[in-house]
Amino acid sequence: MPEKTFIVSHWMEGTGPYAEVAVSSRVRLARNIRDIPFPYLASNTQTNKVREMICSGAAEQENKFDDLHFLKMEEAENIDRHVLVEKHLISPLLAKESHNSGVFLRKDEAVSIMVNEEDHLRIQSIFPGLQLEKAWEEVDSFDNLFENKLDYAFHERYGYLTACPTNVGTGLRASVMLHVPALIKTKQFNRILGALSQVGVAVRGLYGEGTDIIGNMVQISNQITLGQSEKEIIRNLFSVTRQVIEQENAARQSLLNENREVIADQSWRALGVLKYAHLLSSQEAIQLLSDIRLGFELGLVPRIERRLLNQMLVLIRPACLQMLAGKDLDARERDQERARQIRESLKGLAS
Amino acid sequence: MCQECREEKANVFFTKIVNGVKTEVHLCEKCAREKGDLEFTFEPKFSLQNFFASFLSEPLSEIWSAPQREQHPSKVQCSNCSLTFTQFSQIGRFGCSSCYSSFGEDKLQPLFRRIHGSINHNGKVPRRLGGTTRIKREIEKLRQQLQQHIQMEEYEKAAITRDKIKSLEKELDELDEPDEVDETDEPDEKEG
Ligand SMILES: [Zn+2]
Ligand SMILES: [Zn+2]
Repeated sequence: MPEKTFIVSHWMEGTGPYAEVAVSSRVRLARNIRDIPFPYLASNTQTNKVREMICSGAAEQENKFDDLHFLKMEEAENIDRHVLVEKHLISPLLAKESHNSGVFLRKDEAVSIMVNEEDHLRIQSIFPGLQLEKAWEEVDSFDNLFENKLDYAFHERYGYLTACPTNVGTGLRASVMLHVPALIKTKQFNRILGALSQVGVAVRGLYGEGTDIIGNMVQISNQITLGQSEKEIIRNLFSVTRQVIEQENAARQSLLNENREVIADQSWRALGVLKYAHLLSSQEAIQLLSDIRLGFELGLVPRIERRLLNQMLVLIRPACLQMLAGKDLDARERDQERARQIRESLKGLAS
Repeated sequence: MCQECREEKANVFFTKIVNGVKTEVHLCEKCAREKGDLEFTFEPKFSLQNFFASFLSEPLSEIWSAPQREQHPSKVQCSNCSLTFTQFSQIGRFGCSSCYSSFGEDKLQPLFRRIHGSINHNGKVPRRLGGTTRIKREIEKLRQQLQQHIQMEEYEKAAITRDKIKSLEKELDELDEPDEVDETDEPDEKEG
């Protein structure tokens, strides 16, 4: 297995509006071709035909597909497929089962188009910061191109038809990844969680053994795909997200006013551990990266690029570590490689 | 016992929370390390059975009223992909786009209403499918937007929206122009 370098995806840049809280914004559209069974039920001949139709449709487009290349899943190495999952460019499902599946990847990795996933076509775009509108415009424009070449499954009343009834209508799922340490530290997040579930958005967080969300990262996405227009869905999610961001920023300010030394201490300690540790579990690393991130956003630790923080969140994951090391690693070896990669990344940083 | 390998004793406990619904995850130390990357699932995990189980007051049988289900339980089948309605309700996935018409409104509409609170698509329409329908819908939407802008006293935005409406109306006129008598579209004559 050859050593490879890590390509930074556009969403990791740490730029864009509200980047102090919003890590990334993602939008995807689900589309299918009329009457051909959905990939899980289709025959090998049928999924092959679908892939050919989609690829030749793309080939007939001028310019727009110039900086995309197509990867057949069965030809991709296992490790490379999982790296794509860890970078959020393809779904775990696509990496796991191939039904003559594949993905178009744009050079900047801001656009990825999955073929024969749960639906025949999944057009996805991810941007840094809170840029749902931009991600929507990207997927919309690719959808317009495919629409000219493919006979989409569309129903007068129900809209775009999808394998899962939770996607029917617009076929649109949008989500934002937010870093909300202050809301969690000040115990406000649960209250907000309750309010959010009332407004048609889904909130996901992962809880560790304690009561804190690991890495203080949460994902907010739309629940409904039928009945609202694409713009309404995007606008609704945007305004909900912006409110959460405002509350997070307010909570950060009060932390800064009341607990400045405690937060500074936490961030500096995190920096110390990450700069010198030789074994790091991913959970510990994620938590410490969150502490540094908060310290940086509040101006308490030296300048560290958001891009570096985002990049580290991805490259500490198993497949990325193994790709960087150029070999298979067991759990202990991964903890070692993880610590090594982080030390390497933080080397130049003043302390 | 560990949920992942089903071999070791579980000693790491996680709670996943989605919309306030907690799911306990029990793993052994080894699997916890493997799974330690803790990924978010972007797609909602969806099961029709669980979906209806969460509405305990209205079990499946009441939503799809009993008489219909008993009539020809095995007859409801997609003519295109042969998926039966029973299979659909077990796996929670349609088999193909024809399933949507094969399974019938009486079965699907209550389901969609439950999931989405609506049964009518209100968004994008493929251009090929209906030039005029699409434009009319778009104009309708822009008119609503225009009202909002005016109410909010956002006059610059209102002016932009008004221009958009005008150009769409022009587009519509040009599409309607061709001499063939247009009997398919409802006569939408407002000023003449
Ligand atoms: Zn285990
Ligand atoms: Zn079918």
